[in-house]
Amino acid sequence: MKTNVNERRVISVIVMNESSVLSRITSLFAARGYNIESLTVAPIPDSDMSHITIATKGSSRLMEQVTKQLHKLIPVYKVIEHEEMVEKEMVLAKFPIAENLADISVLSAAYNGGVVNVGTEMIIVMVADEPKRVKHFIEAAQRYNPCEIVRGGVVAIER
Amino acid sequence: MGQMSGAQMVCEAIIAEGVTTVFGYPGGAIMHVYDEIYKQEGFEHILNRHEQASVHAADGYARATGEVGVAMVTSGPGFTNAVTGLATAYMDSIPLVVISGQVPLSLIGTDGFQEIDAVGISRPCTKHNFLVRTLEELPRVLKEAFYIARSGRPGPVLVDVPKDITVDIGEFIYPDSVDIPTYKPTYKGNKKQIEKAVEAIKSAKKPLLYIGGGVVLSNAYELVRELAEKTQIPAVETLMARGVMGAKNPLLLGMLGMHGNYSSNMAMSETDLVISLGARFDDRVTGKLSEFAKYADIIHVDIDAANIGKLVDVDYPIVGDITEVLQAMLPQLDDVDTDRYEAWRNILNRYDELHPQSYVDSDEVIKPQWAIERIGELIGEDAIITSDVGQHQMWAAQHYPFDRPRQWINSGGLGTMGFGFPAALGVKRAFPEKTVVNVTGDGSILMNMQELVTAAEYKIPVINMILNNHFLGMVRQWQTFFYEKRYSETDLSFQPNFKALAEACGGIGYDVTTKAEFDAAIKDAIKQDKVCFMNVQTNRFEDVLPMVPSGGALFNMMLPQTTKGDA
Repeated sequence: MKTNVNERRVISVIVMNESSVLSRITSLFAARGYNIESLTVAPIPDSDMSHITIATKGSSRLMEQVTKQLHKLIPVYKVIEHEEMVEKEMVLAKFPIAENLADISVLSAAYNGGVVNVGTEMIIVMVADEPKRVKHFIEAAQRYNPCEIVRGGVVAIER
Repeated sequence: MGQMSGAQMVCEAIIAEGVTTVFGYPGGAIMHVYDEIYKQEGFEHILNRHEQASVHAADGYARATGEVGVAMVTSGPGFTNAVTGLATAYMDSIPLVVISGQVPLSLIGTDGFQEIDAVGISRPCTKHNFLVRTLEELPRVLKEAFYIARSGRPGPVLVDVPKDITVDIGEFIYPDSVDIPTYKPTYKGNKKQIEKAVEAIKSAKKPLLYIGGGVVLSNAYELVRELAEKTQIPAVETLMARGVMGAKNPLLLGMLGMHGNYSSNMAMSETDLVISLGARFDDRVTGKLSEFAKYADIIHVDIDAANIGKLVDVDYPIVGDITEVLQAMLPQLDDVDTDRYEAWRNILNRYDELHPQSYVDSDEVIKPQWAIERIGELIGEDAIITSDVGQHQMWAAQHYPFDRPRQWINSGGLGTMGFGFPAALGVKRAFPEKTVVNVTGDGSILMNMQELVTAAEYKIPVINMILNNHFLGMVRQWQTFFYEKRYSETDLSFQPNFKALAEACGGIGYDVTTKAEFDAAIKDAIKQDKVCFMNVQTNRFEDVLPMVPSGGALFNMMLPQTTKGDA
């Protein structure tokens, strides 16, 4: 059993769409001291299920245990530990209007996004890209003095 | 069944599930249900004197019968008192349905009187829990609660019912069946894996059956005995599995683990194939993991996939119900060569002769081990033994001649002091014709002693055998071994008059200091229709041996003085 510690993992959990299900999942992580790096939840269209995407870190043994424990929860339908996946994360960033708007626009376009709102004092851009590239975008954005950056968390789908 | 209140639905569901006895304690939020309990005749309600005891009593009932136990409590403190009971049942996979009152829906989240987030608190110590949100879903939720509690790997389920839902009136249709698309326990073992496991058994030289509480839960003990008999493979039992093989079975080595006997722990250390049936490699069993079954491949049969590979790497994982897996496995073992394991059995028998489970008896004072063996001699098969937690529990597990499962009822996983007495009430209610003895200590018994009143009121004659060493004995033992005899807060020299205490509550008390008094007391107690405290004075400094110090390897045991020499 390989036990490379702290490898990044993404799992999808398909659950019954009921009020307490998210707390069941997060408290399972908390009780065992497993860390959640990011978490997204949304209903699956035309069903009574929801799709939860969790990015976390841990050894393969730990992940096997997490997967089994998640599966044991009564409202959990399916747990997918992604290996071959397409992963995307969305980010919203707000910049002062006095910054170089052309640069900001080009930057966000380079990361699969663009300007989504312009006001009298602020400009807001959106990008959606792989988590690694999102990190690069955030680094690059620093020179334009962002007022606020909101990350959306990872969503993933098996290839 | 027509129109009725939510409270009535709760009662009707309990009756429909065939539950004969409910243990509980009323209060504000659950009062409508208690009003219906007053009116119905489908089940008996026993009023414990503390909610924790209600849950333990339902737990004892469940462990003794294999059926779902039911407890009922009110909101807030009623529920929080029940939490230890839920956790106890959860750790030992005992099927319970606990129904708690909750403040009305409109008050939830307002810090209302006796409001507490019951589903939030109980999430980590229940198999599943429900906060009922509408009257319409109440019948389905109750049905699912019983189903979830008893199916798959069993466990406690909490149903939290807001007060207004118990008042509302609606149509009651109790579902015949349950369909939860997200919950489908695996019962049948994988055929290929079972075949591989059979091959492994046939090619092993030193195989060992490692029997856990799952065998009891699966009611598979006859199949396990058949497996041992057919293959002549020796067996060890965990604390939770005592009785599965039967004390007289020559293939049973004993209990393994921290207080396991020599041959059992050596068997686990030297085996080349562990056949784990419904055991979960608890740290009290394995000792130091890296030394545990170091030379063995491991077959692990468990209904809970999460147990497999949790602590040790498994070579032959089989997810399934023990009964179904063994039914598939046994015919494939018809041609097993039992002579193959003879040398192995001889080694283990030699170990057992070298260091049998033993103690030094005394004529001056009652030794706790003697007391256990004596009740074994006097009532043996006819008794069901419950226990609290500590030295007395280990001595009972080591020395009582259990000859069937569900004869030994104790809190193994959580180790809950105060479990034994209320659990005994549940056991006795389920099997009134059996003698029920709670083996307890002078520490544990005080943790639910208010149940004397319950036992006296309902005439539930259980025998509480207090092995009284005026110490919190197990902690004292550790302090002797590992804390240079600093007996921090373990000296219980200041004691109640146990005899008078029992009598004050409507029971019988016996003070026992000699073996003759012991025999007289037990023989008298069996005949009585009253609860009793048998206050047995034992020697103060007796240790539970053998002992594997916490975190040590199983083969490094501290052994009793009676051993015949080193192996």
